[in-house]
Amino acid sequence: MIVELEKLRHGTELLKRGFAKMQKGGVIMDVTTPEQAQIAEDAGAVAVMALHRVPADIRAVGGVARMADPKIIQAIMDAVTIPVMAKVRIGHFAEAQILEALGVDMIDESEVLTPADEMFHIDKRQFKVPFVCGARNLGEALRRIDEGAAMIRTKGEAGTGNVAEAVRHMRLIMGAIRELKGKSEEELKAYARKIEAPYELVVETADLQRLPVVNFAAGGIATPADASLMMQLGADGVFVGSGIFKSENPERMANAIVEAVNYHDDPYTLAEISKGLGEPMKGIDIRELSEEEKLQTRGI
Amino acid sequence: MRIAVVGVQGDVEEHIIATKKAMDAEGLKGEVIPVRKQGVVPDSDGIIIPGGESTTISRLIFREGIAEEILALANNDVPVMGTCAGLITLAKHGDEEVKKTGQKLLRLMDVQVKRNAFGRQRESFEVPLEVKNIGIYPAVFIRAPAIVGVGKEVEVLATFEDFVVGARQDNIISFAFHPELTDDLRIHRYFLAMCKTASRQ
Repeated sequence: MIVELEKLRHGTELLKRGFAKMQKGGVIMDVTTPEQAQIAEDAGAVAVMALHRVPADIRAVGGVARMADPKIIQAIMDAVTIPVMAKVRIGHFAEAQILEALGVDMIDESEVLTPADEMFHIDKRQFKVPFVCGARNLGEALRRIDEGAAMIRTKGEAGTGNVAEAVRHMRLIMGAIRELKGKSEEELKAYARKIEAPYELVVETADLQRLPVVNFAAGGIATPADASLMMQLGADGVFVGSGIFKSENPERMANAIVEAVNYHDDPYTLAEISKGLGEPMKGIDIRELSEEEKLQTRGI
Repeated sequence: MRIAVVGVQGDVEEHIIATKKAMDAEGLKGEVIPVRKQGVVPDSDGIIIPGGESTTISRLIFREGIAEEILALANNDVPVMGTCAGLITLAKHGDEEVKKTGQKLLRLMDVQVKRNAFGRQRESFEVPLEVKNIGIYPAVFIRAPAIVGVGKEVEVLATFEDFVVGARQDNIISFAFHPELTDDLRIHRYFLAMCKTASRQ
């Protein structure tokens, strides 16, 4: 059979965005140990995010939050067959190079960790491994895509167990996309300048009537109902951070959130799924957080 | 004509769009619908199992009773196409990874599969590949599985390195790569032609 080997290519935009598309309709779970990773895989997670601490504990501990110990990430990669993602600090391309060398399947350039560069995000096109980045609005999302992000997620307010910020960010992004409909070329140009996003990406988004890459919800999702809410607001899937392993019964919560994403538009089944799951994570009211305590304003 | 795309997880929308375009190109009238619960599959002329995470897809289709419906139709000669995770789900035999994760298979195609045969995402690749009955095709492999053993009834459609990456057994067809991620409709058109022939009989 003919194989044109000289045309074999790795790390293309199609492969990076394609990887993200395979995650659609799925739940990506934060885990800190191989045992948790296995619980996530058994529940039907599409991927795990390997961390040293879940965001709720990062908040509690304070100090500088960095990339997880590669030994922990490796142990999690060895424990499961589904993709393994890991976080790097915003702008910290050396941490990203290390994760790529380790063989992590996707890198989250994340505001949950302490930003390393106040000026620049990572030039993600230099990597073969795809990146996911957080965004609060359409401008941020398109700037990250322009830098090479293959997937966008709402920032929400991680580690709070409070979905309100994720809702705000998803509504802002989806609403802005709807507003693009019917705008003339000059209006789109003016809009691109206003939101500080590349014109070409604004046009592409207007035409597609969605982001050009997969768009997940993240930050504060703690129950099946939260997952359903985000899917109905237009998310392609959800990240659950502290919401699973900070709940009373992680196995049941993990299973329930996976099912809730599949049945997001079926309240009768959601009612069954939501029964007797035990205490969800306690959570924090975002109004009690000072501006300095908020993670979402990092890297915009 | 009605084509059902298993829609519990994965790149469902991409398959729906590609199949609709292929229908137009073939001059066929019909609908393409995602399946997330029981009761949709039984009236279909063809079924597509998309790419995604095979552990997740397998758990959900067995949990929701969609698996039994697919088996009933497939055993009644309705064509089924699987891509990537779909190829794993259709296989008769899995590897150590499949056993380790306790993943159930539909066992419709007499092949042995190996999950993540080419490595992790870093090793994912695009390559023009000869596919039997199709020609040179832009194949997109993403954390792809491969077929490492085929039964007597299985026709090999494409190979890469030492692996089989495309195969057909009667009404069942599967590929390790993602035709739904390209603009090249030939594989979807080929599948629709199978569905058309089957529905006439």
